Amino acid sequence: MGSYILKRLLLAVPVILGITVIVFLIMAMIPGDPATAILGSYATPENVARLNRDLGLDQPLVARYFIWLGNMLHGDFGQSFSLNRPVIDEVLERFNNTLILAGTSFVLCTVFGILAGVISAARQYGFADKAITFVVLLGISIPSFFLGMMMILIFAVDLQWLPVSGMYAIYGGGDLPDLIHHLTMPALALAVVATGVVARLSRSAMLEVLRQDFIRTARAKGVKEGRVIWGHALRAAMVSIIPVLGIQAGFVLSGAVYIEIVFQWPGIGRMLVDAILQRDILLVQGGVVFVASCYVIFNIIVDVAQSLLDPRIKT
Amino acid sequence: MTKLTLTRRGLLISGVATGVLMGTGLPSMAATPPGVLVVGQIAEPKALDPAAVTAVNDFRILMNLYDGLVRYKSGTLEVEPALAESWDISDDGKTYTFHLRQGVKFHDGSDFDAEAVKFNFERMLDENHPYYHTGPFPLAFFFSSVDTIDAKDPQTVVFTLKEPYAPFLSNLAYPTGLIVSPTAVKKFDKDFGRNPVGTGPFTFKEWRPNEAVVVEGNPDYWDTPTALKAVIFRPITDANTRVAEMLAGGIDLMVEVPPVALKEFQNDKYHLVEQAGPHLWFLILDCAKGPFKDKKARQAANYAINKEAIVNDVLEGTATVANGPTPAAFAWAHDDSLDPYPYDPEKAKALLKEAGVAEGTEVTFYVTDGGSGMLDPVAMGTAIQADLKAVGLNAKIETFEWNTFLGKVNPGLDSNGQHVDMAEMAWMTNDPDTLPYLALRTDAWPDKGGFNSGYYSNPEVDKLLEEARTATDQSKRAELYKKMQQIVHDDAPWVFVANWKQNAVTNDKVSDFTLQPSFFLLLKDVTKA
Repeated sequence: MGSYILKRLLLAVPVILGITVIVFLIMAMIPGDPATAILGSYATPENVARLNRDLGLDQPLVARYFIWLGNMLHGDFGQSFSLNRPVIDEVLERFNNTLILAGTSFVLCTVFGILAGVISAARQYGFADKAITFVVLLGISIPSFFLGMMMILIFAVDLQWLPVSGMYAIYGGGDLPDLIHHLTMPALALAVVATGVVARLSRSAMLEVLRQDFIRTARAKGVKEGRVIWGHALRAAMVSIIPVLGIQAGFVLSGAVYIEIVFQWPGIGRMLVDAILQRDILLVQGGVVFVASCYVIFNIIVDVAQSLLDPRIKT
Repeated sequence: MTKLTLTRRGLLISGVATGVLMGTGLPSMAATPPGVLVVGQIAEPKALDPAAVTAVNDFRILMNLYDGLVRYKSGTLEVEPALAESWDISDDGKTYTFHLRQGVKFHDGSDFDAEAVKFNFERMLDENHPYYHTGPFPLAFFFSSVDTIDAKDPQTVVFTLKEPYAPFLSNLAYPTGLIVSPTAVKKFDKDFGRNPVGTGPFTFKEWRPNEAVVVEGNPDYWDTPTALKAVIFRPITDANTRVAEMLAGGIDLMVEVPPVALKEFQNDKYHLVEQAGPHLWFLILDCAKGPFKDKKARQAANYAINKEAIVNDVLEGTATVANGPTPAAFAWAHDDSLDPYPYDPEKAKALLKEAGVAEGTEVTFYVTDGGSGMLDPVAMGTAIQADLKAVGLNAKIETFEWNTFLGKVNPGLDSNGQHVDMAEMAWMTNDPDTLPYLALRTDAWPDKGGFNSGYYSNPEVDKLLEEARTATDQSKRAELYKKMQQIVHDDAPWVFVANWKQNAVTNDKVSDFTLQPSFFLLLKDVTKA
C-alpha cells in the first residue's frame, strides 16, 4: 500500500507541472492586460506599456514562466496587482471559505444522497422509490444558481428567515450560529444537484448488490433486513459509490463559483472570476494551481480509500 | 421483516431540526443597528488611496474619509473652500496660493499643514520622490501642469503652474486631489491603500476583504461632525443579490439600482433618489477612414439612432438624451440652446445618399459587455444596430470584455492592423475641459497619447479648447466651450446618445440623503433611525 501511495504521489508531479504550463499560457493568451485594468478608462497605450514594464510583463514568456515557477517552489506566489496583497494569503483565506461552503454541501449530498439511494433501492418501485426518484430528478434538473435565487426570494426577501448574502452578519456577528445562519441557503443550493446524482447512483449500485448471492445467503441465514441493507449491501455498494463521491466533491467545488456569486460568499470561485476580469495574472495563476493541486491530492485520497475498501483494486 | 419507512415521526424530527437550524441565534438580519448605515456597493474597492484609484465605486468611500483643499458645493460642480480656507490666483493664472485651515489634524493625530500638501502632490508627480513607488497614480496627469509646490509657512502653500490651467481648482476637488496623511504613507508604505488615514468626517475602522469596509464617525471633524455612528460599505457585485439584500433589509442604502428593478422600490418603504451628473455615453466614429469620413454620414448616424427609445425603453428612463459633447450637469459651460439630433430615419437616408454611402454598406461596431459608466452596453448596441439597419447601414457587432475593449479602442479605431468604424464609449468627468480636451483635439490622437480614438480634427475646436483651459475668467471659458459644442455638434465626430442619471435607493429609516452631481457619495449629513 505504501508504494502504491508513493507512486500516485510521484505521478501527481507532472500533472501539476502541466497545470502550471497550461494556466500560464492561457493567461498569456487572453487579450487585455493588468495595466489597462489598473489604469481604467484613462489607460493610454504609452502608460499601459510603462506599467506593464514596471510589472515585469515585458519580459519573454519563457523567462516569465520560469521566474514564476521558481518563486512558487520557494513558496512565493507573488503579489496580487488588483488587491495589493500576497497571492498566497488571499488564496488560502478564500479557499478556506470555499471549503466551508463546499465541505458542508459535500457532507449534505453524501448523507442525503446515500440515504435516498438506499431507501429507493430497498423499496424498489414502491411509493418511497417513486417519490424519491421524482424529487431527485427535479433536483438534478434545476441549475443551482437559479435555485439559489429562488431561495433568496422565498427565505430571505419574503419570509425574512435567512440572510441574503455574506458569510457573517456585518455587525455583531462572527460566531458559529451566525455562520450556520449564513451558510444554510448557499450550502443547500449547492448540494441539491450533487445529492440527486449521488442518490441515483447509490440506488443502482445498491440494486446491483442486492441481487447478489451473499445477500440472499445473509437473508436466508435470518440476518435482520436492516442489517442486510445498511451493513452488508451498503458496504459492498460503497466501492462503486466512493468514486462518484470523488467526482461530486469536484462538482461542488466548481459549482461553488455560481453560488459564491449569487450569495456573495467570499470564496475562491468569486476571487478567480474577479481576478480574471482584472487581469490579475499572478492571482489567477496562483489560485488555479492551488485549486488544481487540491483536486489532484483529493483524487489520490479517493483512490486510496477505494483500494482500502476493495482489495481487488491493487497497484 | 422490518422495512425502511418514512414515518410521520421521522418527518416531524427532520422538520424540527430544520426549524432549529434556521432559528439558531437569529440576530434578526432585517435590523441594521440605529445610527449605522449599511451601504450596498457594486464592487470591492481596489484601494483606499485616493491618488491610486480611478473607479467611482472607490470614490464613494474615499470622499467620506478624506478632504481636499477644495470641494464641490453641495448639489453643484462649483468649487468651495475645504481644507484651504481661501486662495489667491495670480493675474497670469500661473500661481495659486492656498491659505490652509488651522488646527486640522489627520486621524492618526499628525498635523495637517503645508508640508503635508506638498508631500501629497510630489508623491504623485515627482518620480524621484521617496514614496513615488506607492503608485501607480493613473490620474496624476490631472496635475501635470504643476511645476513647483512651496510650503511657504505651515499655513500657506503655493502651487506654480507651467502654464495657466483653468480646470486646476476643479481637479483639486476631485478624489485624486484628496489629502492623505504623510505619516501614514511613511508608516504603511505600499500598504497605505489598505490603511487609509485622512482628515475627513469618517475614520477608517477596518477592511474585511470581500465583506465590508467599516468607517466610524469622526467626532473631532473640523466641519460639523456626522450624527452617524458608522458606515459599512458592503461589496455586492451581483445586481440581483443587491436588490434582494435591499428588499430583505440587509442594507440601508443601495447605489446603481438596475433599471428593471426600479419598480420594486416605488412605494413608501423606500426613497428613490436620482441625480443627473457629468456623464456622456456616445459612439466614437472613425472620421479618418470608411463611410464616416464624410461629415454627412456621421450626421446621418446621429439622425438614424432613436435615442429617446434607448433612454426610455432600454434604460427605463435612467438617462436623458445627450445634445452634444458637454453634459448639462456642467450648467455654466453647457449650451442649452443646442437641440439633440432628432430621430429622423428619412433624413438619415438622404444624408447617406448625399455622402455616397451605398445602401447595405457594412460597418464594424465594437461593443463592450460592461464597464465603468457603460450602462447597458449590449442592449444599447443591439438597438443601435437595428436603427442603423433601418437606414441601410449593416453594423457588424463585435463584443469584448471591458479591459480587452479598452485595449482595442484606446489605441485608435484604425491601429494594429484593424479598422473599426464605430465603438461605444462613456466618460464621467469633473470639468467641462476634461473630455473634449482628451478626446476631441487633434493633438489628442492616440499616437500623441490622447483618447481621440476616432481621429477627429478641427483646428477651430483645437484653438477654442486651448484658449478655454488657459482663460481664468469663467464667463469667458463658458463662451468658448459653448462655441466648441456648436462646432462639434455639427461636425458629429460622435453619436451623442445619453447622459446617465445616477440613482440610489434608501429605506425609510434613512433621512437627509442626497446624491451629488459629482457622482460622489457624501454621507456626513445623513441620519439613520
